Amino acid sequence: MNLLSRYAECIFWMARYMERAENMARILDVHETFARDTRGATNWFSVVQLNADEKDFFSRHDRPTSDAVIHYYMFDPQNRNSLLSMLRMARENARTLRPWISTEMWTQINVFHNKLLEMSVKDVAAQNLSKVCTWIKEECQAHTGITEGTFYRDQGWYFYQLGKYIERADQTTRLLDIKYHTLLPSPLDVGSTLDVSQWTTVLRSTAGYHAFRRVYPRGMSPTTVAGFMLFNEGFPRSVVMCVRQIDGVLTRLRSRYDLRGGAAAMERVDELLAALLSRPIDAVLRDGLHEYLDWIQLQLSGITMEIAQAFFGVQPPLAVQSQSQ
Amino acid sequence: MSVPEGKPSDLLSSYDPGLYFDELFGSMALPAEHTALIRRRLGALNFDELRRRAQDAERELYNLGITFIVYSDKDAVDRILPFDVIPRVISAPEWSHLEAGVTQRVTALNLFLHDIYHDQKILKDGVIPRDLVEGNHNFRPQMIGVDVPFNTYIHIMGTDLVRDRHGTFRVLEDNGRVPSGVSYVVENRHMMQRVFPDLLQDIGIRPVDNYGHKLLDAMMEIAPQGVDDPQVVLLSPGTYNSAYFEHIFLAREMGVPLVEGRDLVVDNDRVFMKTTNGLAPVHSIYRRLDDAFLDPKAFNPDSLLGVPGILEAYRKGNVALANAIGTGVADDKAVYCYVPRMIKYYLDQEPIIPNVDTRICREPDALQYTLDHLDELVVKPVGEAGGYGITIGPRASKAELEDCRAKLLADPSNYISQPVVDLSVCPTVCDDAIEPRHVDLRPFAITGKSTWVLPGGLSRVALKKGTLIVNSSQGGGSKDTWVLEGGAA
Repeated sequence: MNLLSRYAECIFWMARYMERAENMARILDVHETFARDTRGATNWFSVVQLNADEKDFFSRHDRPTSDAVIHYYMFDPQNRNSLLSMLRMARENARTLRPWISTEMWTQINVFHNKLLEMSVKDVAAQNLSKVCTWIKEECQAHTGITEGTFYRDQGWYFYQLGKYIERADQTTRLLDIKYHTLLPSPLDVGSTLDVSQWTTVLRSTAGYHAFRRVYPRGMSPTTVAGFMLFNEGFPRSVVMCVRQIDGVLTRLRSRYDLRGGAAAMERVDELLAALLSRPIDAVLRDGLHEYLDWIQLQLSGITMEIAQAFFGVQPPLAVQSQSQ
Repeated sequence: MSVPEGKPSDLLSSYDPGLYFDELFGSMALPAEHTALIRRRLGALNFDELRRRAQDAERELYNLGITFIVYSDKDAVDRILPFDVIPRVISAPEWSHLEAGVTQRVTALNLFLHDIYHDQKILKDGVIPRDLVEGNHNFRPQMIGVDVPFNTYIHIMGTDLVRDRHGTFRVLEDNGRVPSGVSYVVENRHMMQRVFPDLLQDIGIRPVDNYGHKLLDAMMEIAPQGVDDPQVVLLSPGTYNSAYFEHIFLAREMGVPLVEGRDLVVDNDRVFMKTTNGLAPVHSIYRRLDDAFLDPKAFNPDSLLGVPGILEAYRKGNVALANAIGTGVADDKAVYCYVPRMIKYYLDQEPIIPNVDTRICREPDALQYTLDHLDELVVKPVGEAGGYGITIGPRASKAELEDCRAKLLADPSNYISQPVVDLSVCPTVCDDAIEPRHVDLRPFAITGKSTWVLPGGLSRVALKKGTLIVNSSQGGGSKDTWVLEGGAA
């Protein structure tokens, strides 16, 4: 059966917003842990930085206090990166897709969104934040599970996967970047108790701690953690793992449905994968992790643009700007 | 959760429908024997239990998103159509009568539409005033001489019926453009099956869930000839339309894409949809968009919802539209008055379901009568839908009556008047007790080659005490409508 371009686009973005929401919950959760350390309120500013929201944030807030940042990323309807906005966008896309997705997928997103809408600042006061973030993660995972179990496997499924893995790769680079923003490690700090505990937190935020331990039973260094999150072939949130998925999904999508478009997207995915596989982590850290992560984000957004042009009927000059962050 | 089938308990024993005909009890002259078992089961329920189950049902409707959108000053809010759990029951003989009556009416209206867009015999014979048809703002000259498959114009029809004090069904209104509400018929049944399985058990109720198949069959029948596997789509104004849920429902039930105007293009008088693999041909469109928005080239040039060039593709027979363009002239409230004469003219039959007595205020005598009896009559503007602009004489204030009088005098041909029909009532779960509330009935008929009527239809209920207006936009709710199988009658 044919898939409308508009539907393909909505499916892609529904997947992205749900994945993004899960990661935002992870980021807030991680920061709550960081904030419990000695640094207090300053740590919250890094959430604003890593989402590149400084300008918008300061247009409405004087200081990045925990309350201000938490509200900004939980409920602020004007902030497109708030959980409420993401869920609204996911729900809007799901609403458009109701004839296409399963009733269970729609109902879960609808109820999730409505519950979030009913929450207030009080519900996410610092002592509750972790609980709320856990709830959000679980709802996002419920979405993933329901989708896996009920979404009919046709073109739509492939666009869903594309959206999910592009977003996940992007978010992993952002989570990793937290470390950069939170604390530019002074040479003295590297390997200190604080440093190790922060790397541990980053790993835990991606549910990667135990897997990491299995691979590196002894020792934890910026090199091993960053390498694990970027390049590990078995870790479901590693960038390489995600890009391999994008590669496979795009290939199958095009061949199984005889789609004419998408060659340029394919090319860019292959280039990115080759680049990821050819760069040792030591070199990455030496030349600057932050710059490298930025570059990956740029590549992912380029791939999105190519997909949009090939399948969503998006015209080149405007590209992805309509929905991307 | 089973319901004992013992003696009637208190739940219905203090219920009093007053002077109105009651859908569950009937009247003294016409007691509803077919509902005895249902009444017994209902009567044995406990009121709090009934309320609790009703609330569960409404919560579920909300979670499932079976909602329509209400726009307030700043927000778009999802609302459920309030659902009353006490069903409205129609016996098998009553239904055969209604089914025949609705079919007769659709048949006559289709003959009328074909006639006025071709030979115009009915106008030439002076049965209906020419200017009433050609001067109607829903008359589409672009359709003159255009042939449509099986001469069917109204493929989906919703006929609004009311029942008077004597238990006689009457047609209040025809909806031949884009009638809505059928999704609630099916969803209400699903809801009853989940929440009151014990009430439905072994009653023998005609199913309603094959509506989608029937609709798809008709859409395939009317597709252009020579197409092997026609592509059917549902054209919606989009997610912000208040009936969007119904569009979803119907697209899903038919298994066809739900498209918006921006998904379609016309090239060389053929219609295509934009897919991930380029343009794909479209053959048959169930459009939930009024004529005026359908084609900015032909009608409202400001419409962003339509598809430029689609009228020409349609006129050439390259794409089918349901309903056809130009059906609005047949469901006009002034033309409505002539439907009984139409039935006689085209079919040489008496109307099986009579109209409500109606006066056309464009006629001087009728205007005078209406002005003289304003406080007894219902005055309706002919062009409005959704219960807007109606003045109910006996319930209107002096100021409202004066306002109505002024409007009538300023533009008499915009109005019709009818006596107040004492709409029948049905037991309804209210805050503290089960009370009578007024209901109407909208059966849905699908016509491709032939006509099929969905057993039952949408029973709308006026939830506010005493009010007669059942429209969802005016605070109405709905009930499940049970058409009993032959054996159970």
